[in-house]
Parts: sequence; C-alpha cells; structure tokens
Amino acid sequence: MKDGVYMEKFFTSVTLNKELCKGCINCIKRCPTQAIRVRNGKAVIKKEFCIDCGECIRVCPYHAKEATYDKVDIMKDYDYIVALPAPSLYAQFNNLDDINILLTALIKMGFDDVFEVGSAAELVSEVSRSYIKEHKEKWPIINTACPSVVRLIQVRFPNLIDHLLPLAAPVEIAAKMARDQAIKETGLASERIGLFFISPCPAKVTAVKSPTGMLKSEVDAVLAIKDVYPILLPLMKESMDNMQDLRTIGRIGISWGGSGGEASGLLIDNYLAADGIENVIRVLEDLEDEKLQNLEFIELNACSGGCVGGVLTVENPYAAKVKLKRLRKYMPVANNHMEEREYDELYWTKEVEYQPVFKIGNDLKDSFTKMAQIEELYEKFPKLDCGSCGAPTCKALAEDIVRNEAKEKDCIHILREYIHKITDELIEIDKEIDNR
Amino acid sequence: MNDQIVLHYEIPSDDFTRAGEASSNVKKKLKKMGFDPEIVRRVAITMYEGEINMIIHANGGYIDVIITLDKIEIIFNDSGPGIENIELAMSAGFSTAPDNIRSLGFGAGMGLPNMKNYSDEINVESKIGKGTKVYAKILVTKRID
Repeated sequence: MKDGVYMEKFFTSVTLNKELCKGCINCIKRCPTQAIRVRNGKAVIKKEFCIDCGECIRVCPYHAKEATYDKVDIMKDYDYIVALPAPSLYAQFNNLDDINILLTALIKMGFDDVFEVGSAAELVSEVSRSYIKEHKEKWPIINTACPSVVRLIQVRFPNLIDHLLPLAAPVEIAAKMARDQAIKETGLASERIGLFFISPCPAKVTAVKSPTGMLKSEVDAVLAIKDVYPILLPLMKESMDNMQDLRTIGRIGISWGGSGGEASGLLIDNYLAADGIENVIRVLEDLEDEKLQNLEFIELNACSGGCVGGVLTVENPYAAKVKLKRLRKYMPVANNHMEEREYDELYWTKEVEYQPVFKIGNDLKDSFTKMAQIEELYEKFPKLDCGSCGAPTCKALAEDIVRNEAKEKDCIHILREYIHKITDELIEIDKEIDNR
Repeated sequence: MNDQIVLHYEIPSDDFTRAGEASSNVKKKLKKMGFDPEIVRRVAITMYEGEINMIIHANGGYIDVIITLDKIEIIFNDSGPGIENIELAMSAGFSTAPDNIRSLGFGAGMGLPNMKNYSDEINVESKIGKGTKVYAKILVTKRID
C-alpha cells in the first residue's frame, strides 16, 4: 500500500471486475446496507454506503467482486520485513500442533521477524478489562476490532458511538510495537521497515487506508491468508525438524480468531457475542431501542464465526474454530502484559464521528420534502422487490429516483404499463385513420 | 408541498415476533431525514413501548405517526379492555400483565412511564370495554444539517 492515498473519505476495499459481472441481482439483494445497484448491466458500489463486510464477495456466482489487498511480491520493496499473522491464520491448517512450525515457516517465506497480532490482542484484553470496569456509564461497551462493525455504527447507529471501545485494533498495536522493536534491532530508518499484516479480511485493508480513531495506520501492507497459505504449506513441512521458538501468544490471544474470543478474554460473564452481519444489525437495532439491558460488553463480528469466517480465509469457519480450540488447549492463559508506559498508546487518538451518509436531503427541510416524495413514489410501484430495476427494493428505487440516480421507467412493471398505454393509443389512432 | 408526513401502522395482537417492526421502520425514516439522533432515539423508544403495550394488553391496534419539521406526534389507538386507573398505570412499576407475559421479560410496569419520560407531552384517553388512545408528542428542538 506504499503508493496508496491515506485518509480517503470513503475508501472501500471491495471492487468490481466489470468483465465478469453479468448484472444479476445477487449482490444487490445481499448487501446489508443497500450499497449496490445494477446500472447499465453492471454492478456499481456506492462507496459511502459500503461497510466492507464482504457479503457481495461471498455471494457473487461469477466472482466479479474482488477484494483489494497487497500481493506477496511487494515483500521485496522493504529492507526489513515483519510478518503480523492474525490468530485466524493458525486455524487454517490440519494437524498443526505447534504454532512455532507456522511461525518458522513465515521466516522461511522471507520475513525477517514475526510479531503475533494475538500477542497485542492480549494487551488490548488487559486494557479493555480496566476500561470496562472504569466506565460503567458506557455499558454495554461495544468492541472495535471488526472494522465493518465500527463503520456500520458510524453511519447508521449514531446513538451507539459513545459505547465504542476507544482502543486501537490489535494489529495496529502489534505494528507499532514491531516497528519500535525492528528500529532498535536493525538501526534502519522507519520507512525501510515493512510491517505486513496477514489478514483474514479485506475490511482490514480499509482500516489501514482509511483508519478510524487514528490519523495514520502503522501497517504497511495487508496480505491475504489465502495467498500466503499455499506458500506456507511446503515450508511448514520443512520447519517441523528445525523450528525456532517464536511463539509469544497465549490462550486469550489466539481466541480472538473466533467469535466470542475477545469477550472471553475479559474474564466476565455478562456479555453478548454476535456474528454474521444480519445478526449484528439486529443486536444494534435492539441495543439502540434499549431492549438489551444489563450487559457489560458486546462483541460483534461482521463475519459468521468471527475472523475465521473472513472472505480471505481458506478453511470452513466452524472447522477453523475447532482448530483454534485444539491449539489453545496446552497454552498458557496469557503471555503478554502491559507495562505502565505503553498504556496510553493503545487508545484512539482521533474522535469517531457520526457520518450520516444515508441522509436523503441537504438539510432537514430538504430531506422532509424528499421523504414525502419517496413515500408517494413508492405507492406507484408493485412492491415485489424484484430487483429488475437494479435497486434492491421498490423503496430503494423510490429513493434513487428522488436522489436523481434513477427514473420511474426503470421499473419494468411501470414500463410495461406505459407500453400498454401507448400501444392502446396507437391502436386508437390506427382506427381513426381507418375510419377516415 | 406537503408539510407533514403521515405514516400508518397496523399492530397485530399477540405476535411478539413482530413487536418493534413499526418503530424500527419509523426510526429508519427519521434517520434518513437527518433528525437529531437523540430525537430519533426518543421516538423509537416511545413507539416501541406503545407497540408492546398494544400487543400485551389490547389485542393489537394501529399507530399513526405524524412527522413535521418541528414535532413528531405518535397516536396509538386500540379497542382493548381500557385502563381502569390511568394515574396508576402511569406510575413506574405498576403492571396488570399476566404471569405468562412477565415470564417473557415484559410487563415490568415501565411501558407508559417510559413513554412519558421519553416524550414531551403525553395524553391518555381510555374507556373501559372500548379501548385506549394514547397521544405522544416529541418536539424537534435541535436540528443537524
């Protein structure tokens, strides 16, 4: 991501391969924020609506939705590179009984060092514990490790922003610590050092390019687990006999890879953990209406199963969760603890604000007029939500028309009525001519 | 041009799975219109409480929501058994909900009190054996543009 533009207002890591897109309605129907339309036979993503959940990538039968991430060959662009493996990476392999085999394989792949994201996660867990205890007025605290969830709250649940855990994601903390360590060990300038996140999901690419709660990400590149996986397999075999002792992660850190893992590291019982974007939205709606009472913490993950369900992973998410469980069996609870001086560095440095992207007008009065128009238009449509117009629902089409992005006759039912009408008129004219 | 938007919702009786459908629909619209999030929250909670009340006590009914630039009015209408003592029903913790409803986590006696807390004006009219009409008004004091 060396040449990337940081701080783009609406960056999304999902892109469309126009050649492959057939213009079907699978993605527009599946998108939880109604961010996709089919225009001129191709899908178009409304960037400001997209929360990077990856649902469209999962559902597209033609693989026309692509995730943006870095290719492995950019490893050569730096003098010293550190791998930051996500805990979900550990869950991709059959019969892996020692994490050091995997970590050694990363060194053999060309990395100069490894800094486990799960180790930084253990620090986040530790700081979260005291933050939750000290901020009862903000209960339930909502986790912020899943960038899609944070984005969703930012654009759709303004009343819940105050509940967000204001801590940097484990990968950011891992990157910061790894950079300090690398500079100290090598004496190299910061920009010669590359910090590579090995990621289960493209939302992390967005979190790097357009970070929330901080000005600039410490991560230099994001590699996909699915790209690294085939490279690691043979190297892991080689590593079995001469593995290095690189593991610093404990049970708490590795548990972050699956849904409920972050919450379990808080050592409290009074939490809720939901995964899968539709379930997440339901929890947030209920929370906003004060239907969920007496909770200390809410862990939300956009992907089913948690990070192991990310679109850049290889293994079935539920099988992966079993593997995480097996791996952590003989591990110490936590291997990483905060030192006093590091404490502040974990907190967000930039305020997270409400971004009302779904607002239909420029001001309340304008929105009001437009909402009335939408209601009126909607009544004209057949309410079949067939998607033929390119919008996911009749309601969405009405909104698009008012936003000047579509027209009434995009609805094939309205178009058909119109054709009938002009056909009847033509017949009438024809008769008139005959009678003359 | 229209100076108000009127929304109408039928509330079914005894169907808890649909409780909150109307309020979340209104919530979505208000957010899209750019009403202050706090106003949206108050409307949503007031409306949800009213919906639940109708389902528990009144065999359903209907709700009309009238949105204007400076206030949001919610009118709940049911033809249920009516409220015997309105003053008592408005006090926190008072409930006539049967045990089977309480076991679902409802009927804590906070329905009307909450509606009162979250709205700027509330008016309850009730006739025994005929039904109840609740009028709630939320003023739009702050705008975000």
